[in-house]
Amino acid sequence: MGKRIGTEVSIAVAEAVKLARVDVISAYPITPQTHIVEDLSQIVANGELEAAFIPVESEHSAMSAAVGAAATGARVYTATSAQGLALMHEILFIASSLRLPMVMTVANRSLSGPISIWNDHSDIMAERDIGWIQIFGENGQEIFDLTIAAFRIAEDKRVLLPVCVNMDGFILTHMIEPIEVPDQELVDRFLPPFEPAMKLDPANPVTMGPVGVPEIYTEAKKQCDVALTNSKPVIEEVLQQWAEIFGRKYSLIEKNGTESAETVFVTMGSLGETVMTAIEELNAEGQSVGQVRIRLWRPFPKEEFKQAIKGVKRLIVIDRALCPGSTSGPVAAEIKALLYEESEKPEVINVIAGLGGRDVTRKDFKTMLDMALKGEFKDDYTIWGVRSHAE
Amino acid sequence: MQYPAWEDLELGAAITTPGNASNLKTGDWRSSVPVLDEDKCVKCGLCAVYCPEFCIAEDEEGFYRPDLYYCKGCGICAVECPKEAIKMQREGE
Ligand code: SF4
Ligand code: SF4
Repeated sequence: MGKRIGTEVSIAVAEAVKLARVDVISAYPITPQTHIVEDLSQIVANGELEAAFIPVESEHSAMSAAVGAAATGARVYTATSAQGLALMHEILFIASSLRLPMVMTVANRSLSGPISIWNDHSDIMAERDIGWIQIFGENGQEIFDLTIAAFRIAEDKRVLLPVCVNMDGFILTHMIEPIEVPDQELVDRFLPPFEPAMKLDPANPVTMGPVGVPEIYTEAKKQCDVALTNSKPVIEEVLQQWAEIFGRKYSLIEKNGTESAETVFVTMGSLGETVMTAIEELNAEGQSVGQVRIRLWRPFPKEEFKQAIKGVKRLIVIDRALCPGSTSGPVAAEIKALLYEESEKPEVINVIAGLGGRDVTRKDFKTMLDMALKGEFKDDYTIWGVRSHAE
Repeated sequence: MQYPAWEDLELGAAITTPGNASNLKTGDWRSSVPVLDEDKCVKCGLCAVYCPEFCIAEDEEGFYRPDLYYCKGCGICAVECPKEAIKMQREGE
């Protein structure tokens, strides 16, 4: 089944989109997403994929065209990053509120300013409440797999929502990794042709996106909120089927390190791999430390997260985005709110790390653990690695 | 009018019954109602042309009269009538 190839992860994502047999790709190039759409345009131009590639003039148009195409019942893909995602902003809400399945890769990059093309999660965190399913991958194979699985999730009749797969810019997009690319036949078995629940059809006219008068708007929002919340078991089911066919199992929340660890690092995205090697070394030194990776960010897997951190004394939550003027970074805020009702809850230390492509290494995690054990984190959140005249 | 529970809304709050705008009682919005002075009216039909609800139609006598199910009381007909044959009157007066 399939073949294992050494490839840049962006090229692998393009391959995944091809294997998913999308009908429409509507995208505008932006660093570090460029290689994905560049490669896709080539694949379409070469006739390797029968799809319409719409080279739009902006990301606002990219998402608008994606919405229009999805409304006609097409299987739709797009990809963007940072300023591009921000330019899509208003249309992202429309895609989810129209309940249109589609898949978007976000090559996570810092939002300007100052201008930065490097990696953090400020772009997607600014779009946290768009009502999309939001997944974070940790390595190339995972991104490849989740990209195909995302179509199944989005198109499931019990879901019917757009899905955003987050991959860290450069760290994943430009990494060359061995990736197992399955045969088309196997992918076809996993991902049947898209059968839209509703589409624009002159024979059966419908109005999509009418005004939601005050008597309707609240109910429309409720419908989307319930759909997003209820997508969680379907996502689990689809990932289980993925495991059965392709042999790689992805859980919504993943745990590593010492069983019943005292201190647990919480991460999303590729930093989880760095944490994994750091805690391996720390465990070897006898430190009681583990890690929890959040793979599904929206809907937030509340029960699974609580289960994963049961009995833990201390969480070090790594945020890759800043919530200026808030109580903590977005991930820590989520976790603190989730734990509020619990009678026994861990201390939550929040470290904002790796902003704008600043490297976060194993050594950083070891220092964080050391500081945490000494009780040196005093503030609501700590911006890691800031040069300062203080102290 | 009975509004649906959220469970009964169509997917994405879509409208699946084409042309259902004709059920919408815009007459509910009205606070003033156009009243025609038949002595002044010259039956030119300009009021019907200007009415944004297209709710003014000619009757058997040739007068132009609004359908109050749709007339929203905007007063455009009264402004546009060249003979000042339409007066807007507060509802219920
Ligand atoms: S515009 Fe005035 S004069 Fe002409 S038909 Fe209407 S009410 Fe009569
Ligand atoms: S008041 Fe407005 S809506 Fe009513 S008949 Fe006159 S123009 Fe039409």
